Amino acid sequence: MPTKIEKDAISGRDTTGHEWDGVKELNTPLPTWWVYTFYATIVFAVVYCVLYPALPSLSGHTTGLLGYTNRAQLARDLDEQAKARAKYVERIRTASFDEIRKDPELYSFAVAGGRSAFQTNCMQCHGAGGGGGKGFPALVDDDWLWGGKIDQIYQTIRFGIRNANEKSRQTNMPRFGVDGVLTADQVGAVTDYVLSLSGNGKATPEGAKIFQEQCAACHQATGKGNQEMGAPDLTDSIWLYGGDRASVYRTVFYARNGSMPAWSERLDEATMKMLALYVHALGGGK
Amino acid sequence: MDGGSSLYAARVRVYPHAISGTWRRVKWAALVLLLGLYYIVPWLRWPRGPGAPDQAILLDLDGRRGWIFDIVLWPQEVYFVTGFLILGAFGLFLATSLFGRVWCGFACPQTVWTDLFMMVERAIEGDRNERLRRDRGALSLDKAVRKVTKHAAWLAIAAATGGAWIFYYVDAPSTLVKIFRGQASMEVYFFIGLFTATTYLLAGWAREQVCTYMCPWPRFQSAMLDEHSVIVTYQDWRGEKRGKHKAGDSWEGRGDCVDCRLCVNVCPMGIDIRDGQQLECIGCGLCVDACNETMAKVERPLGLIRWDTLARQQRRSEGKPAGRWRPVRARTVLYGLLLLVVAGAMLAAFLLRSDVELSAQRDRSPNFVRLSNGDIRNAYTVKISNKRQGELGVRLGVRGLDAARLAIADSGETGADRPELSVRSDAVGSYRVLITVPARAAQAATTPIAFFVLDRQGRELAAHASVFVGPGR
Repeated sequence: MPTKIEKDAISGRDTTGHEWDGVKELNTPLPTWWVYTFYATIVFAVVYCVLYPALPSLSGHTTGLLGYTNRAQLARDLDEQAKARAKYVERIRTASFDEIRKDPELYSFAVAGGRSAFQTNCMQCHGAGGGGGKGFPALVDDDWLWGGKIDQIYQTIRFGIRNANEKSRQTNMPRFGVDGVLTADQVGAVTDYVLSLSGNGKATPEGAKIFQEQCAACHQATGKGNQEMGAPDLTDSIWLYGGDRASVYRTVFYARNGSMPAWSERLDEATMKMLALYVHALGGGK
Repeated sequence: MDGGSSLYAARVRVYPHAISGTWRRVKWAALVLLLGLYYIVPWLRWPRGPGAPDQAILLDLDGRRGWIFDIVLWPQEVYFVTGFLILGAFGLFLATSLFGRVWCGFACPQTVWTDLFMMVERAIEGDRNERLRRDRGALSLDKAVRKVTKHAAWLAIAAATGGAWIFYYVDAPSTLVKIFRGQASMEVYFFIGLFTATTYLLAGWAREQVCTYMCPWPRFQSAMLDEHSVIVTYQDWRGEKRGKHKAGDSWEGRGDCVDCRLCVNVCPMGIDIRDGQQLECIGCGLCVDACNETMAKVERPLGLIRWDTLARQQRRSEGKPAGRWRPVRARTVLYGLLLLVVAGAMLAAFLLRSDVELSAQRDRSPNFVRLSNGDIRNAYTVKISNKRQGELGVRLGVRGLDAARLAIADSGETGADRPELSVRSDAVGSYRVLITVPARAAQAATTPIAFFVLDRQGRELAAHASVFVGPGR
């Protein structure tokens, strides 16, 4: 509290009455409108606290008369966006892949939507950019187990591979070693033959013979594979489970039967079409 | 607390008196020029052809383009705006060190609009004495009518101001029609409302309070001023001792100031220039006009209040010749040089500015792709910005790699050497570009490469450095 307000001799102004070791402070009053502005901000804060969520309590917070929440706002925004997207989504649902690809606006919408759906549903196995990993095919290269045409990709996404869906792609590689079809030596011989198909190592005639008997039905006599069966091309540089001898031996001995969910059980048609277009555009689409 | 020691002071209302004279005329001229420019500029047309706005100056925030005659600024060139702000700052510093607060007194929007609002006020409510009398008097029909008329006129001017401001950001003619038909967007109405409210409050009600309490400029202008800056000065050595003077009385033993208080009454800031330099003084020179009018009446030399430097006034007060004004001083030279350097840098940046830009961002997931025949492929997102008006046809190429094949993903092409691309007028073309290299040629972990675009005549328009990643065996 000001105690001793004096008039300063030099400036002719009042002091505030504060004094520190003989140093006194001149009173330089603020304009009143300034302090009213300050009061106005206090009133604003009170009104805001009444209208909007503001005060914490032990188990939550006041909700405010307007019932505003960020969550509801987000839901509204998402709804609005969904509405804005709806016309594109509907066109994607009804149009054929060719029609979509001929419409640059629709196509870029589809690829963008596909990218977003991919990041949510697919990247866990196939990698953020479709780069794949051991046991999970790369979607960016030019090698396809079940075909890289847009319709084939769409089919794979819809019904998946080796799952409970009745339309899923179903083939099984026999467990040549475990089930006793081939002896360990025979597995070794056919492994050498398979490696020789891509120019690695030397094959024995026995390996070639076993391959023609046991493997050619699916992988073709040339080893080029068969996309109808999901049988990989064994002559190229791409190895889903590793291309060293031990990995290939293991593949023949125990077999590999990778699985993928049927996304039609979880995603709508337009999203799956967008996914197919996105995957096709990654760089490997045929 | 009693009234005298309150921490808050009631506002002392300022009732500026009308005045005529040289500086008042300069102020009117500045007002007409500046407001005229402000209102006319958005209406200037500048045909740019189909698909582009025909407004000479348009800051299209939605379209993210600044259209300034034949210059089209993209968001990434916002540094030109920074450059103009720096130029403005140094210009202000230079002007202040030469002529004091000439900006505040003549060119600041706060001053210009306050002048305009005061002119309207004077036309409706009369000059200082009439306004004072009416405000002190009781409420009457005449008072009410004049007050309502004044505020209505202020609001109309303020609304016209808000409207004019929005025209810098939208197409002026079509938006004007939409505003009156109620078809303009909420943003347009919001900003018209906002600028109407701020103009009305700042020029009608707040006035000198803005300069004294809100604006930071008066607080640090003293850093640019020195004793050689031309400012509004009172010659106290000649004016004092002041006092009333009757016609025919002797001028011996007294100063020239007849204490008519006209200089105080005309001051829009409500200060007394005879108290010396003050933070509140905006250097508008109206008190110079006022004092000259009085000095002419009492037949004393003009210029008791005059534009002058403190150094010259000091010498005058000592009876010495005033000497020459020194505009060339260390600080003015420095500010001038800085101004030239910044202006030169901006001009160089502008002249070297390319209207075709290329950027390439490499996919990092996966880092590289091995194809079935063993080739290595990297994918890039290549963006070509076409800042020209008109379609741009280019060929995209890459250097730094032997036997590289370039393809646009999903285009159906498998590897043209230099694929032809076409970018729409005033747009960015974005392409996923695949570079494929035979396995034997891609052994290094990283190879520096560069993308480039050629025009139809084979001239290189832009280039962008990147890398190609291989297995690194």
